[in-house]
Amino acid sequence: MANFFTSRLFFISLVCVVVAATLPFYVSGYILGLLTVAFYFGVFAMAWDLLFGFAGEVNFGPTFLIGTGAYTAGILNNQFGWSVYVCILLGAVASVVAGFVLALPALRVRGPYFGLTTLVAVLMLQNFVVVFADLTGGEIGLTIPDVITINAGANYWIALGFMTISAAILYGLSQSPVGLVLQASGQDPVQAGALGFNIVKHKLAAFIVSAFFSGLSGALLVFYFGTASVGTVVDVAVGVNVIVSAVLGGRRTVLGAALGAIFLIVAGEFLRPTGELATFIVSAVALLVVLFFPGGFLGAALSREARS
Amino acid sequence: MLALQILIDGFAISALYALGATGFTLIFGVSGVLNLSHGAIMVAAAVAAWAAASVLHLDIYTGALFGVGVALIVSFATYFAVVKPIQNSTRIPNEEKEIFVLTGTLLWGIMIQELIAYFFTNNAKTVLPIVEGVVDIFGNRTPRNNIFTALVCCLVIGLLWLLVNRTRTGKAVLAASMNPRGVTLLGLELTQIYIVVWGIYGILAGIAGVLLGMFLGVSSYSVGPLTASAFSIVVLGGLGSVSGSLIAAFVVGYLETITAYMISPAYRTIPALLLLVFVMYIRPQGLLGRR
Repeated sequence: MANFFTSRLFFISLVCVVVAATLPFYVSGYILGLLTVAFYFGVFAMAWDLLFGFAGEVNFGPTFLIGTGAYTAGILNNQFGWSVYVCILLGAVASVVAGFVLALPALRVRGPYFGLTTLVAVLMLQNFVVVFADLTGGEIGLTIPDVITINAGANYWIALGFMTISAAILYGLSQSPVGLVLQASGQDPVQAGALGFNIVKHKLAAFIVSAFFSGLSGALLVFYFGTASVGTVVDVAVGVNVIVSAVLGGRRTVLGAALGAIFLIVAGEFLRPTGELATFIVSAVALLVVLFFPGGFLGAALSREARS
Repeated sequence: MLALQILIDGFAISALYALGATGFTLIFGVSGVLNLSHGAIMVAAAVAAWAAASVLHLDIYTGALFGVGVALIVSFATYFAVVKPIQNSTRIPNEEKEIFVLTGTLLWGIMIQELIAYFFTNNAKTVLPIVEGVVDIFGNRTPRNNIFTALVCCLVIGLLWLLVNRTRTGKAVLAASMNPRGVTLLGLELTQIYIVVWGIYGILAGIAGVLLGMFLGVSSYSVGPLTASAFSIVVLGGLGSVSGSLIAAFVVGYLETITAYMISPAYRTIPALLLLVFVMYIRPQGLLGRR
């Protein structure tokens, strides 16, 4: 851990964050808005990477956790008019509870079975949102009366700060003994168990941490958008984007996941002139990365550094 | 009266599910691959059949054949462009290949979906049914197409059973699903068996896709739900177990039909999902799965 503060990765990250923090002084609100969403997305991807890259579980349900946090916060604000911060906090708590509920059956199974259980959770949440339309706004979406702030710069700084803090915590966790146990249990659960580590406990912890950050980020995102809808926080397609971001940026790197998410959102925006082909191009690029650079952006860069 | 109607309607959709899931589970059983581009391949077949009839003005039979052919080509493309490179890659550790195949086929499915949406729009397309009209079964007006769909599905599944159990190639496929290493020791090329399996899969998915296009109609939005339903049926039945998938397909098909008739079509998929969670909890290997 100590040598991390002297490593090149730390300095590059620090420079990136400092440069990013000055952006509101000279770029347009449009770019700030784009990056704000990208930063929240980055947290989704990092939280997902903790579970997948380290615990080795394919979680198809990141949006179950994100959506639960987002909708809880939104509904509380919409129905009771509680303050934004209370709602965001309760959203994160709800997401942790959801993570716990999902983890209990899901951790009994492995591999594709785990993947399916998490996928089913998303489909259930999606059905729930549509069926209880009075409460959730259904397919049209939930209107949220309050926002954190309408200042584009302030929103941007909140998102950047939130992503930086989340990244620090998640990265620190991944490099800590807990992260190493998780990694070991992902690679060979039998051996890790034989060494005396309680794998289920560690995975449960990873699930809960992942759920907390996903839910918090989801709740912040809806207060930025001013609306929560299936298409933005629950749909399987959103989950696919989170997964693609993490794999693209480099799994098992945490920071790479954020990089991948920012790339994905910005690339999607730049490709907007190509119309409906944008998603095709992004998917094709992601597939090529998966096939030829399985380590992702950061994985490729780090292994080059390690070699030299 | 209602019971009979549920019985008839449920049978067609269940048979269709069964056909779609059989190929999916066959690939998993033989090569351990979960093909998440499954829905995209089915939709590609249906859209190709539709395009053949309404753009190229071919007759219905040629159109259906064209759809199945397209599914076969896409299936081989999936194997050669996505699955094989990952399986042969030296840079991906073996224990992570499964996850890479999942991600890779998922992306491939999205690419197919987007291409379909780009060239043929997102609008729902209904393939012209081969048989038209309705028949009266004990007072229930049933479209002939429902009966046709059910018959074709049963026929194809029966042929598949014959192929797997009664031919040399089929027995090799069956052996590969039991013990891949044993098959290579007997001097059979595993890659060739994989190619055969992907071929069978392409034909099955193609027929299922074209029939679905005639029965319900498809759009590029159906890709995700189709993959998810095949995935859940296959897991419910036990991954790799063809007979398990058949049972699971009928369970899911009837459960959905009963819910749609008795409660509300809006809740159609919920009981099946609940059942799935329940089965995963008490019997994670599925109904007929092996551990």
